Amino acid sequence: MSEAAPEMNDDLLVAAQIRKEFGGLLAVNDLDFTIPQRSIVSLIGPNGAGKTTFFNMLTGLYKPTAGVVIFDGQDVTAKPPHAITKAGIGRTFQNIRLFPQMTALENVLVGMHSRLKGGILGSILGTPRVRREEREAEEKARELLRFSGLRGVDDELAESLSYGDQRRLEVARALATEPKLLLLDEPTAGMNPQETVAFLNFVAKLREEQPISILLIEHDMKVVMGASERVTVLDYGEKIAEGTPREIQHDERVIEAYLGKAATS
Amino acid sequence: MASAGRRARASVRGYRKRAVSASGLDRVGTAWQGLPERVRSLAPVVIVIALAVTYPFYVESLPTNIPVILTFPPLHDAVTILVFVMMAVGLNIVVGYAGLLDLGYVAFYAIGAYTCGWLASGQFQQVHFHFGSVGIASNSGGIHISVWLVLLIAGIVTAVGGILIGLPTLRLRGDYLAIVTLGFGEIIPQFVRNADNLHGFDLTHGTFGISPIDPPGFGHTLNSAIGLPVRYDESFPPTPDRLFFWTVLGLLLLTVFCSMRLRDSRLGRAWIAIREDETAAGAMGIPLMRTKTWAYAGGAFFGGIAGAYIATFNSGAFPTQFDFNISVFLLCMVILGGMGSLWGVVVAGTILAWLNFDGLGNIGSWINTNVLPSSHQIDVPKYSFGIYGVIIVLMMMFRPTGLIPESRRKREIEEGTRGTLDEPLYDMRAGNEAGAGERGTSGRIPRG
Repeated sequence: MSEAAPEMNDDLLVAAQIRKEFGGLLAVNDLDFTIPQRSIVSLIGPNGAGKTTFFNMLTGLYKPTAGVVIFDGQDVTAKPPHAITKAGIGRTFQNIRLFPQMTALENVLVGMHSRLKGGILGSILGTPRVRREEREAEEKARELLRFSGLRGVDDELAESLSYGDQRRLEVARALATEPKLLLLDEPTAGMNPQETVAFLNFVAKLREEQPISILLIEHDMKVVMGASERVTVLDYGEKIAEGTPREIQHDERVIEAYLGKAATS
Repeated sequence: MASAGRRARASVRGYRKRAVSASGLDRVGTAWQGLPERVRSLAPVVIVIALAVTYPFYVESLPTNIPVILTFPPLHDAVTILVFVMMAVGLNIVVGYAGLLDLGYVAFYAIGAYTCGWLASGQFQQVHFHFGSVGIASNSGGIHISVWLVLLIAGIVTAVGGILIGLPTLRLRGDYLAIVTLGFGEIIPQFVRNADNLHGFDLTHGTFGISPIDPPGFGHTLNSAIGLPVRYDESFPPTPDRLFFWTVLGLLLLTVFCSMRLRDSRLGRAWIAIREDETAAGAMGIPLMRTKTWAYAGGAFFGGIAGAYIATFNSGAFPTQFDFNISVFLLCMVILGGMGSLWGVVVAGTILAWLNFDGLGNIGSWINTNVLPSSHQIDVPKYSFGIYGVIIVLMMMFRPTGLIPESRRKREIEEGTRGTLDEPLYDMRAGNEAGAGERGTSGRIPRG
């Protein structure tokens, strides 16, 4: 560990020897994974490769069977989801999980929960401090909605938004947690090509304007190739390749995993 | 013909218009429209509060032969009704806001009542402690703390009880939570029934209950200064009932106010988020256990105050008061009013509590005298829970969101079900155990 220490300082997140077993099924097999500061990296792999399982371990929904996750200098292995969010990892869900009966604005305000302080007594008494905090939070939430490309829907219920807007709202809500690392789980799933392009432009803009790292989980290779600086490929819970998008595109094992053995011969 | 009809109608309209303008009503209307939104939305609330506050003065002169319902509730029953409304508002925090199905709310009612019994009666003759109590002989044994203080203490003790019950149970979801709370709702009354001999120590006086319990009051100093009563029960009727009525009305308004403020706070948002999607709420930085425990504690706090108040009102706390029925009854109020809808719960609570204490009896005797022959009389109150059951079933069939649906649920209905039923393009709630699993979508590279 002492040798690895200086290297770790450059990385926002270090996951070492992560392993997850579901009963007899080995979903993630001793995976090492790092995310450098201010980068966009991708994790790809065919269906069932263990991407989302890995993702859920990073965000505390699953406890790893073995392994350590160090985020921003602190051990976050198996901490509860809310503590990990507070530490600075924001996420979206693959199947959109907004709060359907809350407005877009309220969804974003919920994302700010861990950054606000208003307590039970302050809220009942309506102290000036709590009122000011709520007012500022609302202003900031509206700003975030605009930044995420949502206009004029602040007071619409989340479930009545269009699919693309729901995806944007998920990102806005994740950004409201003030993350240092943003995890996007198949953000373009179910989008049409135009929406996908618009979304990838948004991610690029996000990276330019905010000091955060982004981990993109994808399943569609074409999506990640343009967007990311480094691509890691998983198959059967193991890392089979890692490198720049160009390197990955020509890696034989990757082509084999995606298209089958016949394609390489 | 048709044009004549139109002319006639137009002239009637014109006449009405002139009549209205002559009486100045239209000016009132214009003035009303010109009032700020805030005033207009508050006006009905102010009117209802004013009617309630003055109720003791006109209840005696209200007619007693109204068809079907016969009378409005007498003051003594009105106190009990408002205590139940207060509990329903408390339960609404747990069930309505946070979406935690609690079938044992009666436990909080009981804890509150017995806390009041312990701290404001002669139950513990072996000790002698007086603090701020009014109109109690200074040599009488037991603990006698000012009832006002006891109400607050009972709320806090019950909130702590809620947290203790919550810690092991709130890890459970949905049905399991309901079953465990049901258990606690049964344990507490059984405990108070049997805790009259804990190794020789009489904690609850068993089936006899704790009685008498001190009444609230203002003491001799305030009495001689501004004429407030020393003890609520020392004056002549109807004054004691009036005092108890105004006090519980104040407590209810306080409960409603707190509940409203909580709903619109950071905590209230977190509760609703948990109700909507627990996994997503956790992932957005909401500490699930702590937030749910606060909902429990909040609900318990008001349940405890209500229990303590009914104990001092009845001057006693008895184990038979704390049946499982009460939990169900309160839950009916919340469901009938619309889960999470504060005003709905207040209205439904008032109606159901009134039906329970007065209404069914009145309606029954009206039916017996006016509808049924004297040979086939029925005892309507006997079927009370059957009737509540029918009401709930009818509500679920025709108005599942409650009498006054919570605004977010109402919006959903008004806007229709677009995008959720007809177009299964995506499913916001879909997902596997942790809700973040993989799902096949077309347009992807298939596995070889």
